[in-house]
Amino acid sequence: MTDATPAGERQHLPPPIVDGGALGWLRKNLFSSWGNAITTVVLLVLLLWLLSSFLDWAVVNAVWTAPNGQACRGHGACWALIHEKYRFIFFGTFPYQQQWRPLLAVMVMLAMLVSSADRRMWNTRLLWIWGIGSFLTFLLMFGQIDIPLGLILFAALAVGGLGMLLRGAAAQPAEIAGWRTLAAIGAVGIVLRLAGVLPAWSLAIAPFDYVETSFWGGLPVTLILATYGLLFAFPYGVLLALGRRSDLPLIKGLCIGFIELIRGVPLISLLIMASVMLPLFLPSGMNIDKFLRALIAVILFAGAYIAEVIRGGLQALPKGQFEAADAMGLNYFQKTTLIILPQALRVVIPPLINTFIGFFKDTSLVLIIGIFDFLNAANQALVDPNWAGYPSEVYLFAAFVYFCFCFSMSRYSKYLEIELNKGTRR
Amino acid sequence: MAVETLGSSTRPKVAPWNDPVVRGWIFQIVVVGLVGLLAWFLVSNTMDNLARQKIASGYDYLHHEAGFQIGDSMIPYSPADTYARAILVGLLNTLKVSVLGIVLCTILGTLIGIGRLSPNWLLAKICEWYVEIFRNVPLLLWLFLFYKIISEAFPGPRQAINVLGTMFLSNRGLYFPVPLPDPIHPWMGLGLLVGIAAAFAVKRWAGKRQDATGQPFPVIRTCIAIVVGLPLVVWLLGGAPHQMSWPALKGFNFQGGSVIQPEFTALLFGLVVYTSAFIAEIVRSGILALNKGQSEAAAALGLSRGQAMRLVLLPQALRVIVPPMTSQYLSITKNSSLAIAIGYPDLVAAVNVTINQTGQAIENVVIIMAAYLTVSLGISAFMNWYNKRIALRER
Repeated sequence: MTDATPAGERQHLPPPIVDGGALGWLRKNLFSSWGNAITTVVLLVLLLWLLSSFLDWAVVNAVWTAPNGQACRGHGACWALIHEKYRFIFFGTFPYQQQWRPLLAVMVMLAMLVSSADRRMWNTRLLWIWGIGSFLTFLLMFGQIDIPLGLILFAALAVGGLGMLLRGAAAQPAEIAGWRTLAAIGAVGIVLRLAGVLPAWSLAIAPFDYVETSFWGGLPVTLILATYGLLFAFPYGVLLALGRRSDLPLIKGLCIGFIELIRGVPLISLLIMASVMLPLFLPSGMNIDKFLRALIAVILFAGAYIAEVIRGGLQALPKGQFEAADAMGLNYFQKTTLIILPQALRVVIPPLINTFIGFFKDTSLVLIIGIFDFLNAANQALVDPNWAGYPSEVYLFAAFVYFCFCFSMSRYSKYLEIELNKGTRR
Repeated sequence: MAVETLGSSTRPKVAPWNDPVVRGWIFQIVVVGLVGLLAWFLVSNTMDNLARQKIASGYDYLHHEAGFQIGDSMIPYSPADTYARAILVGLLNTLKVSVLGIVLCTILGTLIGIGRLSPNWLLAKICEWYVEIFRNVPLLLWLFLFYKIISEAFPGPRQAINVLGTMFLSNRGLYFPVPLPDPIHPWMGLGLLVGIAAAFAVKRWAGKRQDATGQPFPVIRTCIAIVVGLPLVVWLLGGAPHQMSWPALKGFNFQGGSVIQPEFTALLFGLVVYTSAFIAEIVRSGILALNKGQSEAAAALGLSRGQAMRLVLLPQALRVIVPPMTSQYLSITKNSSLAIAIGYPDLVAAVNVTINQTGQAIENVVIIMAAYLTVSLGISAFMNWYNKRIALRER
């Protein structure tokens, strides 16, 4: 860096126009060539025209409050309809006085979802959050829950006893203590019940009026179907994925057949099957709730898709991981739970969120078998003859709500993909 | 299992309950047994229930008279026809929507995907927001919205908008004139097929000539001329019959001509805009996956941006694009079943009516699943063949 020119004769050139400032940015990104400039101008004119006519309809000429649909005639968007019907769109036919319950349930579910999004919560705390949150959600929605205390006590005794038997030789003292406590709680509970201290085998918690699932509607239904559909589908999706990668020919064949069958048919056909065929499959007299039938169809469907996502994660693992686990003398169960799944599942968290977005949207199909999800509630809000003739307003409002959910989840999934890959990126 | 892959033929002698092979078979037999037990439980329950509710079984009902109207049909159909024919009409409608949807959403999706990579900031942003808006809202909602807009925004048949004096646009759809049936039409169809075959032959010949001599040949113009020209020549030779069936207002609706129904338009439009958002992302990531040197090399050779895209980037990106594109094609086919929600008579809608009339749910659900599985397998087979054809030929 030697400067040959004497200090007095130095020429200070201005920076190139192209690089600096707003003008430079415009020139580089919008007017870099004649073709580009024409595209920009045409697009700008089109965009302005579209935006101005939309704003004219949606804001300037819109009617925000009106006694009925007639008052909106001749004006722009009739947002008064949303103002009138928003509670019906969000909560469906849930008893009007009690609608604070689904509202609270939605908030609990959103809190669970948002807290699960935080990576600092990814430990046993999450189990507690989901256990308590799910209990609250369903308590709020149903109003009354019977806890099968007897079943829980016997299960605790059985699981604790099995744990003590099977893990007695290998486990750390802390783990053994855990199994012992579980078995002790079960045993003490059963003794107390037999002695008559506990009044009944089931514990009824009934703070509110009971509301059947047929009265549920709107956003809580969409959230419950998507969240719990995927939650229950997850373990069996993992099993299907492991089965598809297994060396055992019969298991592999069964899993491939099942996954491909489910993925080859539309969700609607499964929903129709669940609504008309499930009653035929069960012993006579046993009737399942329509909501549960839809949930079963969603679970069956989601399992196959989750299995394929997880298979992607399993295939992405280097072969050395499997071989190293074998070389350590781990058995299949240990190898899978300690080595393979923790790594494979970590890779597939972002695509799993995308699957969740897909199912959040696809649960709208349950309206075909007559369940009141968010979209169906919006649809039913149009039926009112007092407000006939403004479908676009209602659908745009529903689209906006769906968009907020799906868009934020897709952004989160993108962020997480970068965040989780920090270790491997250079 | 990894133990026996060490190559030694002598496996250590272990007790049968510790032998992984024996264990594997026992485990499989148990699982298959449990699945069989579940299947037996379901089947026996179903048999009981069917017998108690006196529901017939078997596929005899397919030969009975269907008795319901179908609004849109590619083959002659009347309510006096059988259920089998009604279901066939539904299947053809599903195929029509799927094929048209696949073609249109591929074109639109590719344009938007390339648009997202445009150096023009405004164009790129508009394409980005198109993708975000359309893929983050359920397809069913789009279908409802488009259907309602079409059926509410357009006037009734009596106030139909007259387009070019021959077509009528109303909330019953777009009515347009069609030629009356004529014996020359099958021959024109044959001419079209021959023209397409000839166009492929010309393309091959031109490619070979360019490889050998370096001389380009106006392939696209020639092919269009052949494909359009041959049927035209046949038509002229047949005496140029030009009797048309014109749509005319009779009573409450139009008679004559042909119609594109609002249900069909809404379904096709919804499927295309929704799926094209996904395809745009696939195309974009396929192009981004290419080495940057490819586009730089194309620019260094003096190719324009369009030429570089068409001749250098897209053919290579196709290898990345085709597998995820296949699953989008499959999903558009499956999503066409949402037709039932806006009243377009596709396969699921036709079968659903049949279920309600005959009560034979199982047979009908089997028909739906078999039909979709066949179509899905057909599309996958075709796309796998195509994928192999364009795969990188390595030495």
